Formats: sequence, structure tokens, C-alpha cells
Amino acid sequence: MSHDTLPRPAKLREPSPPSGRTSRARRPWTRRANPVAGLGSLIWLVVVLVPIYAMLSASLTRQDQLLEGNPLKPPPDPTLDNYNTVLDSGFGHLLANTAIVAAAVVGLVLALSVPLAYVAVRTRNRWSGAAFRLFLLGVAIPAQAVVVPLYLLIAELGLYDTLPAVILPTAAFAMPVSVLVLTGTLRDISEELYEAMALDGASSLRMLFQLVIPLAKGGISTVVIYSALQAWNGFLFPLIFTQSDGPRVLTLGLFNYVSQFGVNVPALLASVVLSGIPIFVVYLVARRALVSGLMGVGGK
Amino acid sequence: MSKATTKPVRARAGRPHAVWALPGVLFFAFFAVVPMGLAFYLSFTQWDGLGDPRPVGLDNWQKLLDDPRITQSLWLTVLLTVCSWLFQTVVALLLGVWAAGKQRNRAVLSAIFFTPLLLSSTAVALLFYALLDPNFGIIQKDTLGSSSGAFLAIVFVGGWQFMPLHTLIYQGGARQIPQVLYQAAAIDGAGPLRQFFSITLPQLRHTVTTSSVLIIVGSLTYFETVLILTKGGPGTDTAILPYLMYEAGFKSYDFGYASAIASFLVVTATGLSLLLVRLTGFGTMRSTREGM
Repeated sequence: MSHDTLPRPAKLREPSPPSGRTSRARRPWTRRANPVAGLGSLIWLVVVLVPIYAMLSASLTRQDQLLEGNPLKPPPDPTLDNYNTVLDSGFGHLLANTAIVAAAVVGLVLALSVPLAYVAVRTRNRWSGAAFRLFLLGVAIPAQAVVVPLYLLIAELGLYDTLPAVILPTAAFAMPVSVLVLTGTLRDISEELYEAMALDGASSLRMLFQLVIPLAKGGISTVVIYSALQAWNGFLFPLIFTQSDGPRVLTLGLFNYVSQFGVNVPALLASVVLSGIPIFVVYLVARRALVSGLMGVGGK
Repeated sequence: MSKATTKPVRARAGRPHAVWALPGVLFFAFFAVVPMGLAFYLSFTQWDGLGDPRPVGLDNWQKLLDDPRITQSLWLTVLLTVCSWLFQTVVALLLGVWAAGKQRNRAVLSAIFFTPLLLSSTAVALLFYALLDPNFGIIQKDTLGSSSGAFLAIVFVGGWQFMPLHTLIYQGGARQIPQVLYQAAAIDGAGPLRQFFSITLPQLRHTVTTSSVLIIVGSLTYFETVLILTKGGPGTDTAILPYLMYEAGFKSYDFGYASAIASFLVVTATGLSLLLVRLTGFGTMRSTREGM
């Protein structure tokens, strides 16, 4: 966190190594220029930026001009036609479906995993331990492994080719990581706070809303971001559980553009760019929450 | 109030009944655990999606053992997992530790490194599908037409896409390392390399485990990348297990055989994750702060 708040007694700086950096050794690890790391990060910068640049540039190129030049050259005669082609082919509908799926998945995951983590951390008995281990192992269940029986289940429930067919399994598969993240956060709430509320006669339910949820905001925002991204990224469930235009989500729509646009690569890339815009807006509006939320996926 | 009356209150303070966990457990069981059991059952049947599954004993498993594509796919999966793990762990660890610093340019670069996360895996696969096209791609060669090229493309595309996530995970982990440790090491005369291996890496051991589990489970289940980039080709050279399962189930409508492949995938994934959890003691969820 803040390295500057740590008291640094001056006398400790005297016996630092005789390498000539005594005066700059205040933050020995962050301050020193590290040429190897710097070079490495520059290489990765190129690796990240070249495809992004090529994508933007090609999406602004007229289709008949695409084959003429090197893809790294800027478009000779930039056009937004490709974007219009994509927007005219039902892009808004795809986006709306994805937004509905994401919102529903986030709601379900929170409603189910917050109480679960609360029990797993606070109620130490056989059952809560077993529940926690179920989710620990659940992290390893690949969605691919259950897609055949789920297909059967979804069809039996009469949900085939509807949005709930995408929402329900996506939420279930977002739960293990969510539960692990939340239990990690809830462990940090101190016993004294619970005891203080218990002396006030608070019930477990009141503690959930007045103590656990407010103090677990970090973990909760991680879960919101993680499960929203799962919904946003989901491909296999929509591919297998939906079929028609009605419940089609963005990822599947993009996949269908491959056959729909065929060799119209600029339009295909324009659709890829457009698909990134919603998350880009979230990033601009709530960068800090998004980044710290994603960091939280790896533990605190 | 006497001690006798406060004691039970204290013991039950904010300890909800285990029933609270039930909705979540049942939901997860219904959509994940039960289907997994069902997949195992279906693997002993023959079923084309119409009518009822017909029990056929071990036929599907026998077929699985005799199928040369499965052997090839298993080897491919191991190779893909190892390569992805190496590539993503090394780069993300270095970038993450570096980005945990405070300089201004690091913040700008970190924001740029973040950009692949704006795109879904499908979008990323389509992007590289277009960029690797032999006619107008960046590399004017048929990269995806050769088996080594197609394999490396899958490793690279997966890394390109997931690097920001793992970088963030490591960055978050590195920020948590108490600064005193580095100060103490600097006083003892430890150089940056020594500090990295003696402080950063051991302190990040839980982060490494989490990130590794995500990478390994992720690379066992790469699906849309393979479907969009290579369709398992050239030939069956990039047909990983999930892709073979998809083809058997939803292209050939052989749900029994698809379920056998799926069960095999679960066993592999669970075995690997358990091994990792055992090796690193992740299950006990102890704090890295312990003993400090």
C-alpha cells in the first residue's frame, strides 16, 4: 500500500550496501530503475498494441482496398461504413440480450453466494465445511464436461432457446470462484464486531445487512465484476442452449458474423471493436473498481 | 448481566444456521454437480438425443481408449497446458511485480496492457482469425495451416487475452507484500534479483497457486479459441478434448461417447487441481502473513 507511511529511521540507512545507491535506496524495490523489466514491458506493449492497431485500422478500411496494402499501413481512405453494416445487422439486440444475461447472472450469484460464504466462515460445523469444500472442488468442474447432460436438463425444463437457458448455468459456474473470494473477504471481519452487535441483540440477518455486506464491499465488487465478465464472455452455453435470433447473445452473434460477413473482414473486425465498447465505457467510468475487482479474483 | 447469560449469546453471535447455505448449494448441485454425475452415467449408454439412452456397458470407454485422436488430444492438452502456464506465468509475474510500482509511466502502460480484457474470448479469437489470415494478415503466411503454427497461435492468443488478468492478480499480490521485508533485505545487501527470489516469489506463493489453477483449468477448456481459429485442424492436430467432445456430441449426435470424453476431462481437470491444492496447501487458506 502506501510505502511512505512506514517510518524509516534515518540511522538504519547508514549501513546500506556499499553500491553507491545509498541516497536513493529509500524504496529499494520500487524506486530503482530496472532496465530488464523496463525492456520486457516495452516488448509486451508492442505485442498488445500491434493487433489492436491492426484491428482498428482494418475496420476503417474499405473492403476493396484491404488486400492492396500492408495491414500495418493506415487506411488510405478511412470510412465508417463497416460499422454501419454491423449496426444495421441487429447489433443492438445482441447487446441488449447480453446485458440482461449479465445483470441476471450477477443478481443470482450475489443472492446465493453471500449467505453461503457467511455460513462457511461463521458457522463452523460439518455441513458448512462440506459446503465450502464442494465449491473448492467446483472450481475444477469445466463447463464443457456438463454441457451434454445440461442440454438434456434444459430441454426437459422447457428452457431451450431462451435467455434463462444461458443465465442459470452461467450463474452456477460463476459460483465457486465467487464463494472462494467472499469467504476470503469475510474471514477478515473481526469477532469483536459480531460480538458487539450480538450484545445489541442483533439477529444473524441484521448482521448480514449491517455488518457483513458493508464490510465485504471489496469482495462483493470482485464477485460482481467476475460474474458479469463470465456472462459477457460466455460462449459455450449460448452456442448449445440457444438457436434462434431471439435469445442470441453478443458472443454468439460475433461467431455468426463469420459466416454472415464471409470475406468482409473489415466488417468482422468492426463488430469486434464494437463488442469491446461497453466494457471500455465501464472501464472509463469505474476503472478503479474494475481493476481492483479483477485483482481480487486472485485473492486479496 | 451475569456471565452465564452472555456466554451463549457470544457463542452464537452472527452464526447463521447452515440452512442459509442451502439455496446456493442446491442451485450449484442442480446445474453443475448433478449434470456431472449424469455425464458419467450417460458415458455407459448409447444415445443420439432421441428416445431413451440405451445401456452399452463399457463400449464408449473402450472406444475412447482405442481412439487415436484421444491419445493425440491428451498429449496436445498436456503440451498446451504446460506451454500456456509457462508463457503466462513468467510474463504475468514479471509484468505484475513491475506494475506494482508507483511511477507514473507504469500506470499509463498498465492501462494499455489492460486493453485485451475489453474483448471477450470470442472477439479475441475472431481478431486473430482475421489477423492471421494468409491473404491480408500481419504475417503473410499460412500460420494456421501448419500444425506447429496452429498450436503456437492458440498458446499465443490465449496468453494475449489472459495476460492482463494474471498481471493484475500478481500486481495485487505484490502490493500486499510488506515493504519492510525489502527494506530489511536491502540493509542486508540483497540485490534486486536476490530480493525477487527470496522475498517476492515466496510471498506470492498463494497468488502463484491461484493464477496457476486458473491457467491450467483455462487451458484444459480452451474451446472458442480452437473452434474459431483452427476448428481442431489442420487435420486433428489442435483437436483438444473439449473440441472432440463438442464434435462427438453436437456434430455426430453421439451423446454417449461425448459424455465419456467429458467424464475423462473432469477426471483430468480435478486430478490436476487437487494435485496443485495438495502441493501448495491452498485448501487450508492460511494467511501468507502467518509467522510474521
